Amino acid sequence: MLYRESGQFKTSYSADQAIFPIRQDNWAMVVFLLVAFIAVPYFGTEYFFQAIMIPVLIFALAATGLNILTGYCGQLSLGTGGFMAVGAVACYKLTTGFPEMNFVLVLLLSGIITAGVGLLFGIPSLRIKGFYLAVATLAAQFFLSWLFNKVAWFQNYTPSGTITMPPREVFGIAVTGANADAMDRYLFCLVFVLILAMAAKNLVRGPIGRSWMAIRDMDIAAELIGFRPFQTKLMAFSVSSFYVGVAGAMALSLWLGSVETAEAFDINVSFQVLFMIIIGGLGSMMGSFVGAAFIILMPIVLTNVMVGSLGMQAVTAKHFEFMFFGGLIIFFLIVEPHGIARLWQIAKEKLRIWPFPH
Amino acid sequence: MEFLNLVLVAPIVDMIEYPSFFIEVVFGGLMSGVMYSLVALGFVLIFKASGVFNFSQGVFALFAALTLVGLMTGTVPFTLNKSLPELPAWVAIILTFIVMIGLAIAVERIVLRPLVNQDHIIMFMSTIGLAFVLEGLGDTIWGSEVKALDVGIPTGNFLIGEIQIQIFDLWAAGIAAFLVVVLAVFFQYTRTGRALRAVADDHQAALSVGIPLKNIWIIVWSVAGLVALVAGIMWGSKSGVQFSLSLIALKALPVLILGGFTSVPGAIVGGLIIGVGEKVAEVYWGPLVDGAIENWFAYVLALVFLLFRPQGLFGDKIIERV
Amino acid sequence: MNIKRLGIGVLTGLGLTTMVATEIAIAADQIFVPGLVYRTGPYAPNGIPFANGMQDYLTLINERDGGINGVKIVHEECETGYNTKVGVECYEKLKSKKPVTVIPNSTGITYQLIPKSYKDNIPLLTMGYGRTSAAVGSVFPWVFNFPATYWSQATAVISYIAGKEGGLASLKGKKIVHIYHNSAYGKEANPTLKVMAEKFGFNLTLLAVDHPGQEQKATWLQIRRKKPDWIFMSGWGVMNQVAVKEAAAQGFPMDKFIGNWWSGSENDVIPAGSKADGYIAATFHTPGGGTKLHADIKKYVYDKGLGGGDLSRTGEVLYIRGMLNHVFVVEAVRNAQKHFNVKVPNGAQMQWGYENTNVTSADWERIGLPGYPPIKVSCNDHEGGHPVLFQQWNASAKTWKVVSDWVPVMKDLVRPLMEADAAKFAKENNITPKSCS
Repeated sequence: MLYRESGQFKTSYSADQAIFPIRQDNWAMVVFLLVAFIAVPYFGTEYFFQAIMIPVLIFALAATGLNILTGYCGQLSLGTGGFMAVGAVACYKLTTGFPEMNFVLVLLLSGIITAGVGLLFGIPSLRIKGFYLAVATLAAQFFLSWLFNKVAWFQNYTPSGTITMPPREVFGIAVTGANADAMDRYLFCLVFVLILAMAAKNLVRGPIGRSWMAIRDMDIAAELIGFRPFQTKLMAFSVSSFYVGVAGAMALSLWLGSVETAEAFDINVSFQVLFMIIIGGLGSMMGSFVGAAFIILMPIVLTNVMVGSLGMQAVTAKHFEFMFFGGLIIFFLIVEPHGIARLWQIAKEKLRIWPFPH
Repeated sequence: MEFLNLVLVAPIVDMIEYPSFFIEVVFGGLMSGVMYSLVALGFVLIFKASGVFNFSQGVFALFAALTLVGLMTGTVPFTLNKSLPELPAWVAIILTFIVMIGLAIAVERIVLRPLVNQDHIIMFMSTIGLAFVLEGLGDTIWGSEVKALDVGIPTGNFLIGEIQIQIFDLWAAGIAAFLVVVLAVFFQYTRTGRALRAVADDHQAALSVGIPLKNIWIIVWSVAGLVALVAGIMWGSKSGVQFSLSLIALKALPVLILGGFTSVPGAIVGGLIIGVGEKVAEVYWGPLVDGAIENWFAYVLALVFLLFRPQGLFGDKIIERV
Repeated sequence: MNIKRLGIGVLTGLGLTTMVATEIAIAADQIFVPGLVYRTGPYAPNGIPFANGMQDYLTLINERDGGINGVKIVHEECETGYNTKVGVECYEKLKSKKPVTVIPNSTGITYQLIPKSYKDNIPLLTMGYGRTSAAVGSVFPWVFNFPATYWSQATAVISYIAGKEGGLASLKGKKIVHIYHNSAYGKEANPTLKVMAEKFGFNLTLLAVDHPGQEQKATWLQIRRKKPDWIFMSGWGVMNQVAVKEAAAQGFPMDKFIGNWWSGSENDVIPAGSKADGYIAATFHTPGGGTKLHADIKKYVYDKGLGGGDLSRTGEVLYIRGMLNHVFVVEAVRNAQKHFNVKVPNGAQMQWGYENTNVTSADWERIGLPGYPPIKVSCNDHEGGHPVLFQQWNASAKTWKVVSDWVPVMKDLVRPLMEADAAKFAKENNITPKSCS
């Protein structure tokens, strides 16, 4: 009853093509933005920014990238960690090599470099499909991990092999380095991620996105009617790697500060991002955000509940956390295999006719 | 020129000049390949019969090894005291196998049945969830300390000419061969084996002929549990039983790609190829780039094979219909 | 289904509320010492005795002495699983409770916390791990890595080998292999080893073992071919156990196989059984549980049922190391309390306490670990340059036995390398070195 769109008429094409055509959605978005830009900085503690909001935003971006590749184009990839590492290392090399370069430009260029690398590793996708492709992307993951560890040039020859992001500013406000305020970093992340997510949403709504979905659904039939599978798949790989690379660069500069690439972007990260898009919903932009929030928050919530409220020992809590996490994943997959986004869709459908049952 | 010489010529010359060492490297590669195959076998069994890529196979091996050590040292579950009687190895192995059967039944009931007919990727994700659960469970029941595992497999080495052969490796090869023969006989000549192959071919057709899917799945996962137990014993004897044991699954994945997900001989042959390829590359080409290339080399090798045969060496040919 | 969903909703709600309201106050006259421990994860076998040692020493101080000069210590563990990101999250969570110091317990976490230390002003004690060049106190005022670092340890190992071979001159032409964990930690010793190889003329081979090191056949094939005189290992976790087993299976003489101080605990040698007999490891504390400190631990902690682990494991290498870690923390707190006449030192005061750590032989007697060499830390030297001890494993008795004197480290070789690295860090991150008068 509250959610019906009766009485809302579109009088122009652009209005009809809006991302949120229903007015209630628009209002919800405005409220959400107000909360994100005003309420959160006002009430948030440093811990909240550093350990919750910033990683959620960064992983939401990475999940968006992987969703483009796996959710919209159907190419299963387990190399996300490796590509994030490429983004982080590219960011480090660019900013230490060209200290005067604008930080935003550094982030975007890191993404472009990662897109190139992703293009390269996407070439096998013409011959290899499904699970075999997933395991083949693991080759990318392990090779890139090894490369950044081995070749000292990537780490600027530090004996420890750890890359540290030097302090950089945007509009005179420090956003990287140890002196950057957590709130400033959060706001920068928020703006950047929102802009890139909008771009992704528009990309998947347009002809390119439709070609990806055609390849995903029936690639032979798509080829028969004129889609070019190789180019489409490579495009998916590069755009996806762009997003993942930017996420990796942001992880280094805005969240972690200092990274040992083999440890921070190892195969567990790849699995983590894959979890996010599956729990969030394959082929759904909102799903990437929700999935990222779910996967990042759940261990923290579980630990805080178990150690904080229930007073368990930290180590027992950790064991239970593992079991809970696994159990929740299985439970989720049984209850709604298409992810939280599907649950939300169903909820919206029900809201339209609420309080009537049908 | 110098670079080309270094990469293409020098290692080959090295191999030819010291043939006994080369043979030793190849033999070592074959032996470690056998160890990989042990793990890959479990994956293949489950994929063949239930179409599920069981990512938690490595954790199965860890859980089996933990249970075995716990039983052998007389540890009371959920505590750390060793007050129960210590069991001899063969009794403990049989008991552990029974535990693995129980695990298979639980998995079938809780994970497989509700998710029947779902997408492959959903099943894959659920096995990852299962891996987490088993890991936490194993740690809670048996503790996270490293435990020595010794079921009596002899160690030590002997020399044939200049080549050093390790006795443990020979035993591993022997056990793997025995396992493969038993499995092959099981699949070919017993009724259950035929039923398993029918289910692997087509679930619905098997159901319509009257094959009880549920029981078949329990049998398959139990056999995979046994394979995991053997793999856990072999790897656990080498390194002690601890969390890292579950990471052997990652070593087995290139074997699977190369051999094909659905082929038991493929797992063995793939394992041997990967093992030899890895070791030869690491010993002869590794020093040129400071070493530690094994991990990704295995995957790249498998990838190269895949480009020529997308279904793996022995896998089922993928037929796509519009 | 509905009940399940309700359950999840309640759980999430509970969790969110606990997250927002996390500021549990520590009483103003209590010293808060958090511990970032790893009792789970791939390195749990090593993390558990270490965490128990840390916990038990603080319990001892509270029970036996009633706190440090009467001020009770509050110890809280945060489980990191040796994961850097979780470790940083733990740090951020515990920061608000005003800890006097933070023990990162992982090289990866240390690297993350070093940049934060300049802003948060919480001193870090990274005993025997972390960033070696943090010994240069002028560039890293908030990070302390006494009693010794990886680079110094490498020089002590070479000195020990030289001692066995008959002097530094006899090292010429000898073949030494360094097998190392392919991570930042494992690579630490390499530059120093290369410098020494040039200086003393021995033949150095570096072999990397990829994480986790469960499969090392290729590495040991290469070792068999090289037939080195000595092997030095910088391993961690399962890599150690597999390496010891491979060496034994190959028949390499165990008394020529030296592990660094993170490759020298009971966990690393027990799986190999009797074959590991004779393996040597470096350490910076004596092994075994017969000291006066251990007697106190039994009396005041375990007899009262307050112990973290098992009494029988209090003689283990990593347990003693955990205790030693907090011995240094407590001594630094004492320093700060005395100098500034406060009950609970703040960050800057604790930093002074660390900087003026001066543990004499008399202090070691008081602590209950007689026979340890004195440690003196200064503003510019956060390492102290403590000598290194070597212990050998006796597989039948399942104990470690000290087989050397305290081997001094080659300070004049290591210090210039540290200063160069610290200067580079300062330049890259626009840090003006603090002046140490």
